Amino acid sequence: MRPLNVSIEKVVEESPSTRTFVFDHRFESLKPGQFVMVWVRGIDEIPMGLSSSNSITVQRVGQATSKLFELEAGASFGLRGPFGHGFTLPSSEEKVLIIAGGVGVAPLAPYAEACKARGAKVRTILGARSAQELVFKARFSKAGSLDITTDDGSEGVKGFVTTLLEKLEVSEFEKIAVCGPEPMMAAVFNTLKQKGEVSRAEFSLHRYFKCAIGVCGACCLDPYGLRVCKDGPVFTGAQLLDSEFGKYTRDASGRRVKI
Amino acid sequence: MYSLTGLKLKNPTILAAGVLGTTGASLQRVAQEGGAGAVVSKSIGPEPKKGHPNPSMLKLNCAFLNAMGLPNPSYQEFKGELEIAKASANVPVIASIFGGSAKEFVKVAEGLLPGKPDAFELNLSCPHAEGYGAAVGSNPCLVETITAAVKEVSKLPVWVKLTPNVSDIRTIGKAAEAGGADAVVAINTVKAMAIDIESGYPLLGNRSGGLSGPAIKPVAVKAVYDLYAALELPVIGVGGVSGWEDAVELMMAGASAVQVGSAVYDSLDVFSKISSGIEAFLDRKGYRDVKDIIGLAHEMV
Repeated sequence: MRPLNVSIEKVVEESPSTRTFVFDHRFESLKPGQFVMVWVRGIDEIPMGLSSSNSITVQRVGQATSKLFELEAGASFGLRGPFGHGFTLPSSEEKVLIIAGGVGVAPLAPYAEACKARGAKVRTILGARSAQELVFKARFSKAGSLDITTDDGSEGVKGFVTTLLEKLEVSEFEKIAVCGPEPMMAAVFNTLKQKGEVSRAEFSLHRYFKCAIGVCGACCLDPYGLRVCKDGPVFTGAQLLDSEFGKYTRDASGRRVKI
Repeated sequence: MYSLTGLKLKNPTILAAGVLGTTGASLQRVAQEGGAGAVVSKSIGPEPKKGHPNPSMLKLNCAFLNAMGLPNPSYQEFKGELEIAKASANVPVIASIFGGSAKEFVKVAEGLLPGKPDAFELNLSCPHAEGYGAAVGSNPCLVETITAAVKEVSKLPVWVKLTPNVSDIRTIGKAAEAGGADAVVAINTVKAMAIDIESGYPLLGNRSGGLSGPAIKPVAVKAVYDLYAALELPVIGVGGVSGWEDAVELMMAGASAVQVGSAVYDSLDVFSKISSGIEAFLDRKGYRDVKDIIGLAHEMV
């Protein structure tokens, strides 16, 4: 698949470090949790979760995202995808718990909306470092109930998403969907494990991708060799038990790097 | 069981280098779940290498275009992955290695020996890494020297993977043979490029790269056919194999076994499908053994 050429229709500043780029192509068949490869020409191509059928929500972290932040409406970039498996959608009447941290909101906002559209009951725990880093509050509260945690206590409960999760009766939720920085997801994983509820929870993983189509092997997880780009990026807790998740990742050369 | 350069393979399909071979766990999965008769690792070099910027691989019509740029964690770090693969794959694990000189090849080979690979495959053919791969593999003198140097430091079988991007691949094959290679592997990817017409930018981060997949199978068939006629060594066929028919065709051209790379895109168990397809074909046609079809096309005159 050659990259699609998309034009930016609108840039939305979500937080000081996060922007949404709305583009002129709709991925109608998007399953929330799937990702696209965003080609910033002349720089790099990077994986991004789709934050809606026609947008990506990006945190500025490196060269490619910085270049992306220079683009305004009318500018274009390349897109391949959508790739991988998304989060499992609930049936109507099911209860869904969404746990989102930082820019991990990107695939979870469309998931929350898809859940609501199917008649499921959605509850979201949204965490960020501070009030100004909270993204998609409106989208999550429109889809169901919303609890907020911030590291500095500037909004909602002071602490981490696990501060709230620890007190929650999670057995009542048929579906649990998690996305955020890996240390946050690992903490959620451990909390759910202690509660005996981790196997069915779903986590969206991030690893260094090269091919993004399941061929090169750069994103394989230990110890079963699951490919994050093709077998994931969404995995069940059962698939991640006793894995490298939360412990180490690999850099572009394949060397292990501690999380 | 199937014998190739002294290795015992459960079937004649082998995972090609550069595909799902960066970690021991991944090699193990291709062997166990995929059904490969043997697996070749990602090409490993003397230093950690990040490879080219993305995009590094694209699916085109009937082909894949890639320029990974030999990303690898170095032999020091890969030794542990090799040990994992060896402990769990239950099939021969071949270490693909590269370097810019005979000295570097020897350093990497010696460094990986404690991981107990079953053989070495020398990457003298990657088309898009400056100073490595085809940059040395297009020169018959260097191919002979490097092959001989690796043979000298280990008793393991040495396979030499050849580039099709030369005027006569037999010259390079003969150089490998003169250097003491146990087999040649043909072919690596064919130099290629694609351009995004919306922007004018080349599609790969490295601008150009190598072509694999169904489109290059006829190139592989011709290379294998020519090498089979020119050399005494076994030829391992690779290039565009995605089904058993492709494997049989390469075998009839002269391949003793086949490697499969890009076709893992379709499914991981492509290896089991190909090997059972070959078996069924041999039965249907009344051949006693896969040896009956190796090089068959050469007799049909």
